[in-house]
Formats: sequence, C-alpha cells, structure tokens
Amino acid sequence: METLLEIKDLSKSFDLHNLGKHIRAVSHVDIQLNEGEFVGITGKSGSGKSTILKCIYGAYRIQQGGIWYHSKKFGRINLADASERQMLYLRKHEIGYVSQFLNVMPRTTARQLVQQAILEMGESKSFAEKETEKILAHFELDQELWDSYPTTFSGGEKLRLNIARAMVKKPRLLLLDEPTASLDHDSKMKVKLLIEQLMNEGTTMLGIFHDLEFMNHLVNREYNMQNGVFS
Amino acid sequence: MTEFEVPVLSVKNLNKQFGLGCPHCKNGESETLVKNYCQVCGTVYACRDVSFDVFPGEVLGIVGESGSGKSTLMQCLYFDQDVTDGEAFVSAYENGEKNLFQESSQQQRYIRNHIMGKVYQNPLLGLRMNFSSIGNIAEKLIAAGSNHVGMMEGRGTELLNKVNIPVHRRKEAPKKFSGGMQQRVQIAKALSNNPPLLLLDEVTTGLDLSVQASVLDLIKSLQRELNISIVLVSHDLGVIRMLADRTLVMLEGKVIEEGLTDQILEDPQHPYTQQLVHSLL
Repeated sequence: METLLEIKDLSKSFDLHNLGKHIRAVSHVDIQLNEGEFVGITGKSGSGKSTILKCIYGAYRIQQGGIWYHSKKFGRINLADASERQMLYLRKHEIGYVSQFLNVMPRTTARQLVQQAILEMGESKSFAEKETEKILAHFELDQELWDSYPTTFSGGEKLRLNIARAMVKKPRLLLLDEPTASLDHDSKMKVKLLIEQLMNEGTTMLGIFHDLEFMNHLVNREYNMQNGVFS
Repeated sequence: MTEFEVPVLSVKNLNKQFGLGCPHCKNGESETLVKNYCQVCGTVYACRDVSFDVFPGEVLGIVGESGSGKSTLMQCLYFDQDVTDGEAFVSAYENGEKNLFQESSQQQRYIRNHIMGKVYQNPLLGLRMNFSSIGNIAEKLIAAGSNHVGMMEGRGTELLNKVNIPVHRRKEAPKKFSGGMQQRVQIAKALSNNPPLLLLDEVTTGLDLSVQASVLDLIKSLQRELNISIVLVSHDLGVIRMLADRTLVMLEGKVIEEGLTDQILEDPQHPYTQQLVHSLL
C-alpha cells in the first residue's frame, strides 16, 4: 500500500509574546498513514492531538519537522514548504477537515454551503445542485433545513452538515477533529455509519476521538498521545 | 517555491514616503524614526518595501491599525498617489511585463478604467454625489470608451439591480441614499467594466451591522459569481475572516506577517498580530 501522509519529527510550539510564555504543544511526532487507512489519535485534552491535525491542514505553521503528503496535483510535497496558494488548492481539492464546530459564513443556507464546496472544485452549477440534494438527503438532514441557516441547527445537525460538506468533495485525506464530541447516541451511530461508508470508498482518514469505545470499533491503528509525545 | 498559477497582480518593493527625507532618516531605516515618522524632517514613510501577489479569484485581506499604510498602498495601486519607488504588474495589461508605475498617465487611466475597480471608504471620493446613480456608472463606462446610450442604460440598470438598488431609484443621486446604498452604488460603478481586479478600501467601516452584512454578502456573492480577484483592506478582523483567503498584516508601513487567513487568526507569530487577534471580540 502506498503512503499518503508521512509526518516526520514534527514539533510545534507557541510563543505568546504578550504573556511572555512559550508553550510546547507537540514534540518529535512521527506518523505514517497509508492510502485507505483509518488511523486514530487518542489522548487527554491538551495533549496536542488537534495541533497535529491543524499543522497538516495548514491552520498552524509548521516550524520543525516535515509533513510529506502525496498530492495528486503536486506529487510528493512537504506541506511545511507548500506555498499558501498550494495549500488553498489542496484544501479545495484534496484535504478535508471536519471539526466539532461548524465554521460557516453567516447568512448562508445549508444548501448554499454544500453547493459552494462543490463549485470550488470547478464543477458545473447543475451538477452541484444535483449532488447537493443527494448528499443532504443521504445525511438525513430534514428537507426543511436545507434552506435555513446552520446557526439555527442542533449540534448533531450541524455536525452532519459539516461532514457532508467535507465528504462531498471526496477528499483523498479527511481529518476528523473530535467529530462525535457532544453528540447523543443516535447521532453518533449515524456518524459511525458515514465513516464506515467512507472507509469502504477508500478515503484515508486521520481522526481524533474522545470516545475510545466508538473509535476502537472503527480504526485500523491508533496512536496515543501524552503531553505532546506519543506514548 | 515557484507558483503553479500566474498572479493577477504582482507588487514588488513598493515604497511611498511623504516628505523628502533627510540624512537622519535615510531610507526610512534610521533609529531616529518614531514609528514611521522622522522627527527631524517630518517625513512619513507610509509604505515600506511592500511586496505581494494576488491570484485569480482570490480575496487578499490587508489588516492593520489606522496609520499602518493600508489606504496609501491602495491609493498607490489605483494611481491616486505616485509611488516613491517600486513595481506593480498586472497580468491583464501587456502580459504583465510592464511596470504600471512607469507607464504614462494616459496608460494609467486606461488601466484604472479597464482593469481595476475601486471602492473607497468615503463614498464622496468614489461617487459624484449630485449625478444620478446610473449616471455615475455611465461615467465609468464612458471613460472606458462606451458611447451607446441604450447599452449604457441597460448595463447600468443591470449593475444596480445586482447590488440591490431598486430600479425605480436608479435616476436618483447618491446624496439621497443611505451610507450602505452609497457603498453599493460604488461597488456597481467599480464593476461596470468587468475588471479582473477590485480594490476595496474599508468598504464596510462606519456602516451599521445589518447594512454591513448586506454589503459583505454582496461582495462575497459577486466574487463567487464573477471570479474576480479582490484586495480587501480592513481593520476589522471579522470582515477579513469572513472574506479573505490569505491575509497580510501591516504595521508602520511594513508587511510584518502574511499567511492563510486562518493561520493569521489561529497561529499569529508577530507580537502585534497576536495583540490584534486577541483583541477580537
């Protein structure tokens, strides 16, 4: 199996100049992720799990170490050296990110949100419209919600929309940042089904979960983090 | 790393100073400067060695406090001010091979009218307040060589419609409009010749929240629909977060930090950027 993502000796710290503090979040982390694999990261909050995902997605700057990603467009590329435009391209076409919070444009309906995700990839408007309805129905989002603003949704609905938006792009690599936190049992089961389906479709995933039982049933492998290092 | 795309606008080492400078503040790097002001000769170094690229269809945000040089930069790009030195290239003009700042004023006028549109914070600068709204748009169309009244009327109506100005009010002068409507007329005017590049200078500053929202929504939808490139200057991080793909942070005339907008907001590096982000409500 081919390697899709390889993190080598990644360290990340934050200098909070105004507080005079230096915070070390992650130290010397190595991860290898093969195509089609679902790998989980566990650990207490504050152990540095999200930091790793944010470094991959480019929301945090990579200062030390490298993250080699096998891109369809750019070939093997170290995300630490990727230009901002390359990163934006990868986000639009290859790497998806689902967090427990839905960050959306205000005053944008669920339908528009998903459509935009498809249009960003250069698809036609009619294709986007069709695909959007398909995926919203697939995620069992009530039809009457399609044309309302996600800020009014419940936690579970927001999350399903969030995953729908990421999934509709069929990303090669999907980063899941505690997607089941704060969900009730039913919603969790729905998310579980979706993840299983993504696995069957061959999506490579790296996920963080609090709910170990939930995760253990899904992942191929797991890493455990403590204080910014793998234990 | 070389880019896989060609920038729409490429700015290289732009400098703008107000005043002649003196031996004490040579090149704006001396220690006698207070921020970007020379106490000896009173020269202000408004933009210092500013370089950046804008790519097709992207929104580039520029943030910074008042006096950081954001508006001066925009004025230089739109030829409202002459630069002290520096270069700018636009892909839609002469294959991006000619430095815009070296072109004749006639050519600069051509570039202003065909390749760029600008919206000012103060509508008085961007509009003729006593002309009709549609006349304001016609002015920009005529400047770009249109001379067919019917066509201009049609285009003007279409644009005003696009920015949600009711058709029956198109012949009213902007002075009779609210601030938000004036900004929308400015946007329509800036778009009239389908420019590939739009310069927006604090367009929502001073508008109340709901009007601000409608102007921002308009900008976003126009950008999606027309795939226009936008340079967006704002001191409001909320506006930047909502609209910009990438962001530059300016302080005392210099670009002190640049990155993806979420990088700037979630992982700011420079002490000033950190302070700015932590001031966000």
